[in-house]
Amino acid sequence: MSRALPLAAPLALLASPAFAAEAIEAGARQDTNWTAILIFGAFVLLTLGITYWAARRTRTAKDFYAAGGGVSGFQNGLAIAGDYMSAASFLGISAAVFSSGYYGLIYSIGFLVGWPIIMFLMAEPLRNLGRFTFADVASYRLSATPIRAMAATGTLITVAFYLIAQMVGAGQLIELLFGLPYLWAVIIVGVLMILYVTFGGMIATTWVQIIKAGLLLAGATLMSVLVLAKFGFDFNALLTKAVEVHPKHDAIMLPGPAVANPISAISFGMALMFGTAGLPHILMRFFTVGNAKEARKSVFWATTFIGYFYILTFIIGFGAIVLVGPETVYHVGGDIAKGLLGGGNMPAIHLAHAVGGDLMKGFIAAVAFATILAVVSGLTLSGASAVSHDLYASVFRRGRVDESSEIMASRITTVVLGVVAIYLGIKFEKVNVAFMVSLAFAIAASANFPVLFLSMLWKGLTTRGAFIGGFVGLISAVVLTVYSPSIWVAVLGYDKSGAWFPYTSPAIFTMPLAFFCCWVFSVTDKSAQAAKERAAFEAQYVRSQTGIGIDAVAAH
Amino acid sequence: MDEKMLARIKGDPNYQALVKERSSFGWTLAIITLVLYYGYIAIVAFAPALIATKVSGAITVGIIMGAALILLSIVLTGIYVLRANSRYDDLTRAIVASATGAAR
Repeated sequence: MSRALPLAAPLALLASPAFAAEAIEAGARQDTNWTAILIFGAFVLLTLGITYWAARRTRTAKDFYAAGGGVSGFQNGLAIAGDYMSAASFLGISAAVFSSGYYGLIYSIGFLVGWPIIMFLMAEPLRNLGRFTFADVASYRLSATPIRAMAATGTLITVAFYLIAQMVGAGQLIELLFGLPYLWAVIIVGVLMILYVTFGGMIATTWVQIIKAGLLLAGATLMSVLVLAKFGFDFNALLTKAVEVHPKHDAIMLPGPAVANPISAISFGMALMFGTAGLPHILMRFFTVGNAKEARKSVFWATTFIGYFYILTFIIGFGAIVLVGPETVYHVGGDIAKGLLGGGNMPAIHLAHAVGGDLMKGFIAAVAFATILAVVSGLTLSGASAVSHDLYASVFRRGRVDESSEIMASRITTVVLGVVAIYLGIKFEKVNVAFMVSLAFAIAASANFPVLFLSMLWKGLTTRGAFIGGFVGLISAVVLTVYSPSIWVAVLGYDKSGAWFPYTSPAIFTMPLAFFCCWVFSVTDKSAQAAKERAAFEAQYVRSQTGIGIDAVAAH
Repeated sequence: MDEKMLARIKGDPNYQALVKERSSFGWTLAIITLVLYYGYIAIVAFAPALIATKVSGAITVGIIMGAALILLSIVLTGIYVLRANSRYDDLTRAIVASATGAAR
């Protein structure tokens, strides 16, 4: 077994996956949980009502892709936080804390620190240059066809891996929590997501995400308060007790498996930090606010909510060490040695029961389901816009397309993506999909981010440089991930001698490589087109700084 | 945006001040964030024992560092927003007013 493998586990935290086979094997499906189903049913009714309301307000392309640009900074911050606080960052991080203690906090921090960077360098220019997708920004002064094709490829691949991981995670989680069969769970998620996105576009997708973020923050806050109340609101007392009862005692305060391989740790940290700044469904949210000022506020609120949420998961994880760890009722056959009922990702769910009984457990389970639904909706909308706005309207029709047929293309794509997601969700049921999320982050950091970043900030970037650099980043990230032990051995089942790339995440190599290729193939580009693109930077830069000209485009 | 307007904005002292101040402030904060985060990761990777060193009761150096990094991320973004709301928005308004006003 490679040293790098322990790091693969927390990748699961990112989105949802590795509730995987392990979870199902460890504990058979739970009894049908009626509390959870009722609460979730109420959530579905409410969100379908919102979708109906949103559908009547969705007329233009701007409504469909960007909620009409009418989302406030605070609302958008909550929605961004919602996209980020997936079911698995809730269940996965608290599970990592439960099993290894301090280890879980290291990953929380990695997820969070990308946000200040986005704020300081990207948020305002992004809003001032873009309309619906990040390809709008990347192709602002570059040649539209190759750059949009490249950006759409990056978007679709990122979205596809992220989406499959979410679907499989959803099926397994719901089977576990609700007692519904896997197949049903995947179909319910797929159908609801198609309804939200097709009819309600970004308006519905944003409100579903806001409601879910509110529920998740409220649920996690309540749990943390109930946990702390048991220790007289003394965090130190909670920690002391946790160190005392955890089988590893003082060792849970060490960084744990992260130490095994510093290069993997740093590389993974890079993928998290810069991948965040290249995730298409997150970037898309910057176009739903009215101006750069609201974009800034969005990042501030997103950072605040996400940071607060990670502090809560830390309390919840340590609470579970004390209140779930030693309790035999939460373990298979009442035997602690056999592991938790329902598998390794269940500490937060059992803790909900320990502090708030069946009602609290049902509530948290319903929120977890709602969380997955909201995240897949955002992903699907982002994939659909890459197809309809970037590929169909700009690349194939060269911009000669009216708004209503572009929206129609987007709706058709949404349905197709939804059906494909259901199909792949079923296909991949037995596959360990944890690597897909890490791959999505690696691609976002190595392909989307360098091209977007340089197109906004570096005068010298040309179409040739961006196109080659973007594809080199994309292909190298995929290849190195496939030949790492976490896929070559753990997923594909080949001999480890073939896994010549020893680290968990490729970002430390592929991101600089992509930047380097963007640079080399730009500076050596002596074409007339390249000269024109460099000359066009000034006007783009003025607009990215001031927002002048943004209204003219919005009206087009 | 036509050539004339572009030249006018670029010559506007407010524009030059905005670009210079925002980019140096933005990069300064970004570098502070990067140094603190990778400094922390370096401690995790190369001096893990320091992370588990107790400060008070069961609270360790690592917990304080982690909480500080989370709070700092929030505080730094907040500082950027405050500064941008007061200084950069005023400058931007002035630039837009002079650019569009002069165009009329």
